[in-house]
Amino acid sequence: MAFTAVLQSEWTKIRTVASTSWTLALVFLVTVGFAALFSATFDPNRLDAAQRATFDPTATSLSSMELGQLAMIVFGVLVVSTEYSTGMIRTSLAAVPRREHFLLGKMAVATALALAVGLLTSFASFFLTQALLGDLGIGIGEENVLRAVTGAGLYLALLALFCMGVAAMLRSSVAAISVLVPFFLIVSNLLVGFEATRTVGQYLPSNAGGRIMQVVPHAFDSPETPYGPWGGFGIMVLWTLAAVLGGYAVLRKRDA
Amino acid sequence: MIELEGLTKRFGTTTAVDHLSFRIRPGVVTGFLGPNGAGKSTTMRMMLDLDNPTSGTVRVYGKHYRDLSEPLKHVGALLDAKAMHGGRSAYNNLLCLAQSNRIPRQRVDEVLDLVGLTAVAKKKSKGFSLGMSQRLGIASALLGDPEILMFDEPVNGLDPEGILWIRNLMKGLAAEGRTIFVSSHLMSEMALTADHLVVIGQGKLLADLPMADFIQQNSRSYVRLRSPQQERLKDLLHEAGINVVSVPATGTLEIDGVSAEQLGELAARHQIVLHELSPQRASLEEAFMRMTADSVEYHAHAPGMAADNPARPADVPAWGAAHTATRKAGE
Repeated sequence: MAFTAVLQSEWTKIRTVASTSWTLALVFLVTVGFAALFSATFDPNRLDAAQRATFDPTATSLSSMELGQLAMIVFGVLVVSTEYSTGMIRTSLAAVPRREHFLLGKMAVATALALAVGLLTSFASFFLTQALLGDLGIGIGEENVLRAVTGAGLYLALLALFCMGVAAMLRSSVAAISVLVPFFLIVSNLLVGFEATRTVGQYLPSNAGGRIMQVVPHAFDSPETPYGPWGGFGIMVLWTLAAVLGGYAVLRKRDA
Repeated sequence: MIELEGLTKRFGTTTAVDHLSFRIRPGVVTGFLGPNGAGKSTTMRMMLDLDNPTSGTVRVYGKHYRDLSEPLKHVGALLDAKAMHGGRSAYNNLLCLAQSNRIPRQRVDEVLDLVGLTAVAKKKSKGFSLGMSQRLGIASALLGDPEILMFDEPVNGLDPEGILWIRNLMKGLAAEGRTIFVSSHLMSEMALTADHLVVIGQGKLLADLPMADFIQQNSRSYVRLRSPQQERLKDLLHEAGINVVSVPATGTLEIDGVSAEQLGELAARHQIVLHELSPQRASLEEAFMRMTADSVEYHAHAPGMAADNPARPADVPAWGAAHTATRKAGE
């Protein structure tokens, strides 16, 4: 079976359901919208000396990713879980019985789309907010800025892929979303917030992967990390790989 | 062709499919019959490699289903009419399937036309009635113009018009020389469409025989006689060398192999009054129920009956392809 045929089929699947457009539109609107809001209402006089010293204009553009990523989680989950909730999975696997082709094709198409939307979101967010910040703004050519903005797009794509893997393991929209959203929104932040659990929390996918978006290491009092931007991203890649392999194992082993 | 060998599926301690071995013959309609819960759907899912067998194998053209390249061009299946993404249009549901097996786009229009869904092709399939979903499922089965078609209970829940449509469609597909494997829990439905029968009960193979043989073995025809002068009539028949079975429960006589005309004339010649003279035919449904009575998962119990005393005929013969049916009249 030609793998390109599977890619084409998965592309048709993804572009012909409503959930794709609304989740991805939300990623863009929430991220860019809140970034614009933060920067338009930003008052540098309220910063203390330490915050002023570590002020990171790029972070102002990208911190709204924290909210925008929730829609990306939903996108990643739904791409996989609606196959199960609708019963389509049995029709899909009868057409593409090789599980690795089916899963890889679906993940490749959805991750590529998430990457495109992720990059569009991070660059739009960056340029809009830097314009709004005026004198405090920074150019894309400054040190590490291009890496951070591109990294934000990569982060969103990788996050979507991670969620596809988890959804393939759990095979249910409700189960996957109710595990992933609290995990990324609350657990990850909570573990990093406390001194005692920080070392563990830093290795969670969003905290490690998020490091790539930082230009100034300790901006807004963020704690020190034992890894660099790409090191952190590598940790998230490992998490994602584990989720994808887990999803593949479940798909192979369980009855459709 | 499709061959099952020792196919077994266990869910925990329950054995849903138990060492099932049979072949699906090419170019005919094979009816796959069994009561609800007999393991028909599980077997069909394993044939498409959707469920993993506990042991045993299924081979399609000598290969595992998983190793077929572009399987929709060999096997088309309708297992569950609702196994489509409801948020996608009928056309797009078929298009993504077609693309995965490199089936040309115009074939999607063709099959939509074939099942009569062209007018609603752009509508989301979640608004479809069961009949329309069934047609969409059949369209997906026909997409690759496959040689083998599998349908799981295709008439379930359909209105008479839908049932007739599916029945004629299957006949038409069979006439084109395709291999059709269709499951049902209704013998009467199978008698109309199938050339060959595979019967299972509790996951075990009960029979694998041509439909004609099944009918011949099970639809014994006889003549029922009722007369106020029954003893005289019996003697008369004995003298004529005709074998008679008395059925005390109904007070009737049953005669094999002699026509109603001959019996009527014989009675008239001896001036015996007849209250009934009727040709009878045992129904296939009865024969099927007797065949599977032992293996029905959930028996309906008559009120007041003990739970371990299922309501079924007292004498259940052992069945098999070589079995010659004997009707135990009078028991």
